[in-house]
Amino acid sequence: MAAMPDGGALDTFPRLLMHHASVRGARPAVREKDLGIWQTRTWAEVAEETQALACGLAQLGFRRGDRLAIIGDNRPRLYGSMLAAQMLGGVPVPLYQDAVAAEMVFVLQDAGIRIAVVEDQEQVDKLMEVKDQCPDLRHIVYDDPRGMRHYTQTFLLSFDEAVAMGRIHNRNHPDFIAAEIAEGAAEDISVMLYTSGTTGKPKGVCQTHRAFIAAARGGAEFDGLKDSDDILSYLPMAWVGDHLFSLAQAIYVGFTVNCPESGDTVMTDLREIGPTYYFAPPRVFENMLTQVMIRMEDAGTVKRKLFHYFMDVAKRCGAEILDGKPVAAADRLLYALGNLVIYGPLRNVLGMSRIRVAYTAGAAIGPDLFRFYRSIGINLKQLYGQTETCAYVCLQPDGQIKFDSVGKPAPGVEIKIADNGEILVKGPMLLKEYYKRPDATAESINADGYFMTGDAGFLDAEGHLKIIDRAKDVGKLSGGAMFAPNYIENKLKFFPYVKESVCFGHGRDMVCAFINIDMGAVGNWAERRHIAYSGYTDLAGKPEVLDLIRDCIEQVNAELAADAMVADTQLHRFLVLHKELDPDDDELTRTRKVRRGFVAEKYAVLIDALYSGRASQFIETEVKFEDGRRGKVAADLAIRDAKTFPKAAAQGAA
Amino acid sequence: MAREIGEVILDLRNISLRFGGVKALTDISFDVKEHEIRAIIGPNGAGKSSMLNVINGVYRPQEGEIVFHGERRCDMNTHAAAVAGIARTFQNIALFKGMSVLDNLMTGRNLKMKAGFLQHALWWGPAKREELAHRAKVEEVIDFLEIEHIRKTPVGRLPYGLQKRVELGRALAAEPKMLLLDEPMAGMNVEEKQDMCRFILDVNDQFGTTIVLIEHDMGVVMDISDRVVVLDYGRKIGDGVPDEVKNNPEVISAYLGTQH
Repeated sequence: MAAMPDGGALDTFPRLLMHHASVRGARPAVREKDLGIWQTRTWAEVAEETQALACGLAQLGFRRGDRLAIIGDNRPRLYGSMLAAQMLGGVPVPLYQDAVAAEMVFVLQDAGIRIAVVEDQEQVDKLMEVKDQCPDLRHIVYDDPRGMRHYTQTFLLSFDEAVAMGRIHNRNHPDFIAAEIAEGAAEDISVMLYTSGTTGKPKGVCQTHRAFIAAARGGAEFDGLKDSDDILSYLPMAWVGDHLFSLAQAIYVGFTVNCPESGDTVMTDLREIGPTYYFAPPRVFENMLTQVMIRMEDAGTVKRKLFHYFMDVAKRCGAEILDGKPVAAADRLLYALGNLVIYGPLRNVLGMSRIRVAYTAGAAIGPDLFRFYRSIGINLKQLYGQTETCAYVCLQPDGQIKFDSVGKPAPGVEIKIADNGEILVKGPMLLKEYYKRPDATAESINADGYFMTGDAGFLDAEGHLKIIDRAKDVGKLSGGAMFAPNYIENKLKFFPYVKESVCFGHGRDMVCAFINIDMGAVGNWAERRHIAYSGYTDLAGKPEVLDLIRDCIEQVNAELAADAMVADTQLHRFLVLHKELDPDDDELTRTRKVRRGFVAEKYAVLIDALYSGRASQFIETEVKFEDGRRGKVAADLAIRDAKTFPKAAAQGAA
Repeated sequence: MAREIGEVILDLRNISLRFGGVKALTDISFDVKEHEIRAIIGPNGAGKSSMLNVINGVYRPQEGEIVFHGERRCDMNTHAAAVAGIARTFQNIALFKGMSVLDNLMTGRNLKMKAGFLQHALWWGPAKREELAHRAKVEEVIDFLEIEHIRKTPVGRLPYGLQKRVELGRALAAEPKMLLLDEPMAGMNVEEKQDMCRFILDVNDQFGTTIVLIEHDMGVVMDISDRVVVLDYGRKIGDGVPDEVKNNPEVISAYLGTQH
C-alpha cells in the first residue's frame, strides 16, 4: 500500500495535490468518458493544468479570499477549478447545476461572485440571464465550447484560453504559483457549500482545509481506502457528500475519480468502471431496485421464480453472511448457489461487482431497501452528517451493521444528546461559520462548542446512533401519540410504486398522506394490465392505481400496528397527487427532500379535503418547465380511505 | 448568423415526373443555394416527397434537367447522389430496427469505407484502423445529437422521437454537403420538435450543411427556413422568403381553400 500522507506539511488540498503529482504522478487521477472512450488523466497532468488555470484566474483578477462560482455536472476540469481557486487562497462555491437562473441569483449575490467557471452553453445562458442582477460578476469561464461560437461578449472566456493564458504567465513567473500554494494555511476556508434550505434562504457554510482533511482522513482510515480505489462521481458537486468523497477523500488518499459521460448514462458508466468505493443517496439505491424489480416482473416465469426463491434465501441469511455471523451450513450452501446464479450477475448488472465499501446518506434509508443490498453481498453502509459537519459524524463499522441505526461516532467525533432529544456533535470537522451570518453561526453552535444538528435521536446500549426524525418535524397527534412523519414516509417509499409521500398528522386526530406515484414502475404495472393512460396526471387518477396504492398503504398500516410506539399513526386517508413534486416548483429541495411546510401551504385545500371527509377535490396547480415557461395542471383528485388495524390483532399479519 | 448563403449549388429546371397517366410533378423549377435551409411545403399529395426523390435519384424525371455543382444531367442516380454528398432521412423512418444506434450510425459511413470485405471480416490491419477512425466520427455525431445514453440500444426499442433523431444521425454520419429531410418533425410533441429544430439549425450553422426539408408544421417552416417553395398538385405555386410565401394568395387558397 502506498504511503498515506502524514498530514504534517500536507495540510491544504493544493499541497496534497502537488504531493500526489510527485509521488504518484503517473497514476490515474481522473477519468472522463468523452466521445465514447474513457480518457485518463494522471496526477501530474491534473496538477500541471490546475496550476495553469490558477495562474489564468489570477490574471483575470482572482485574489486571495475571493469566491469562485462553479456550476456544472461532474467534470474533471470543474473539480480542477476548485483546486485552482484553493491554490490562490480563494474559496470555490459550487452551485446546483440544475437550478434555474433565478435561484442562482441569491448565491451569486450573497457570495459576491466575480468569476464563475461553468460547464457549458446552458450554464452560460443562465448566468447571462441574471448578469444584470449580479453586478460583481466580471468573467465567465466555460469548459465545453460547443454552441459558443457566436458568443462575442468579452466577459466570456473558454477554459482552454484561461489555461493557455496561465501557462504563459507560469513561464514568465515560475515562482508565482508555488509561492501562492505556500501561503495557504490549514485554517483558510477551503470551500463554501450552500445548505439546501428546507427552511428559509440558503446559508453559505464555510469549511476550512483542516476540517475537510480531518473528515477525509477519518473516513479513509476507517475504511482503509487506497490509491487504487475507483469512485464514480455523478452527484451534484454542490452537495457536501460529493465534495467529501470526490474531492476531499480523493485528494487526501489519491484514488481515481471517474466522471460519467452524462446524467443519462450513469448506469452504463457504472457498469463499465465498476467502482470499488461508492456513494449515493437512498433515492439512487431505490431507483436501481425499482429498475431491477420492473425487469424481473417482465422476465420469463423460470427466471422470475428463480429470482424470488434466491432473494428469499438472501433475505434469510445474506446480511448475516456478509457480517461474518454464524449461519447454518444448508443456508450457506444455498447462498453460495444463489451467488452463482442470481446475486453475482445482479451485482454485475448494477455495476457493483468490485465494490468494497458503499455508503448511503442524505436521508434515512428504508431498512428493507438497505437489507436488500447487503443481502446480495454489497457492503452498503450508512453514514450520518450534515453540510456543517463535512458529512462526517457517524459511520457504520464493518461487521456491526444495525439496519435501524447510522452507526457509531466516527473517529474524532463527540456526540451528545440534548434533553429534548436533539443530537449535538463536536469535532475537528465542524464549520468555521455561516458566511456573513454570525447570528446563524451563534444559533447553531452552543456555548460548549457543540453543533446542534436539528435531528432527534438517541444512542443505544452499544453506542450506535439512531435517528428518529428532524427534531422539528416530530409532532403529536391530538390524541397525544408521537407522530414521526419521516418514519412512515420511508416505509411507504420502499414500495417501488411510491416515489414520494408526505404525511400529515401533527395536532390532528389521524394521519393522512399525499402520494406521488413512480411513473416508471406504475406505468409498467399499468401496461401489463392493459390500462391505457395519457400521462402522469391521467395515470395518477386511475381507480386501479388508487387501489394499488391503497394496498401498499394497508401493508404499511399492518406494520405500524405491530409496533406499539407508532400504532396510532396508521394512515387513515390518502390521495395521489396529480403532479410530481419538483424542485423547480420549490416543493423539493435540490437534494430532493420534501419541503414539508411549503407543500402543506401550497396544497392546503387538499389537506382540508382529507380531514373533512370529502370523496374528491378539484385542484389546479401552476408548474414551471425547465426552460422557465409556466403551465397549469388541473385534476379532480379522488380521496380514498385505507383500512387500519387494531394494535394487537395485526401482530400476525405483519 | 455567421454562415453566409452562397452560390446556387442545386438547380432544378423544368422537372416533370409522371407515373403512367399520373402527373406527380409538372414543370417545376427552383434552386438551392449553398448553406441555406430550403423548405418544400404543400398539401398532401402535392409532390413534395417525389421532389426529394428526384433530387437524390430515386425517381427519374421524364423531362427537365438537374444542375448539381455545375454539372448538368437529366437525372441523378442514388449512388452518385450519395457520393456527391447528398444524404437524406425518410418520412417513415428507415433504420435497421434490430441493430443498435451505434451500428445504424456506422452504416452511414458505409460509402467512406475503403477496405474490402475480407479485411473487414478479419478486422485486420487497415480495416481495423479504418473502422476505428469511422467510429470516432460516429461518436462525434452521437455527442452532437446528445444520444450517448442510447448508444447500445436497439433502435426498435426507442420512442419515435428518438428514432427520428437517430435517423438524422445516420444521415449526418455520412458528413453530407446537402441534407434532405422528409418530415423530420412529423408525429413529434412540442418538446421533441423544439429539440429537432435546434439540431437542424445547429447542423446548418456548425457544419454549413445545406438543408432541404419537407415539413407540415408551418410555424417550424416559417421560423427556420431561409426560402420556401410551395407545391400543389405537382405544380409550383409559390417560391420565396417565408414572409412572401405567407402572403401569396395562391398559397393561402391552396391551404385554406378559396373563398366563394
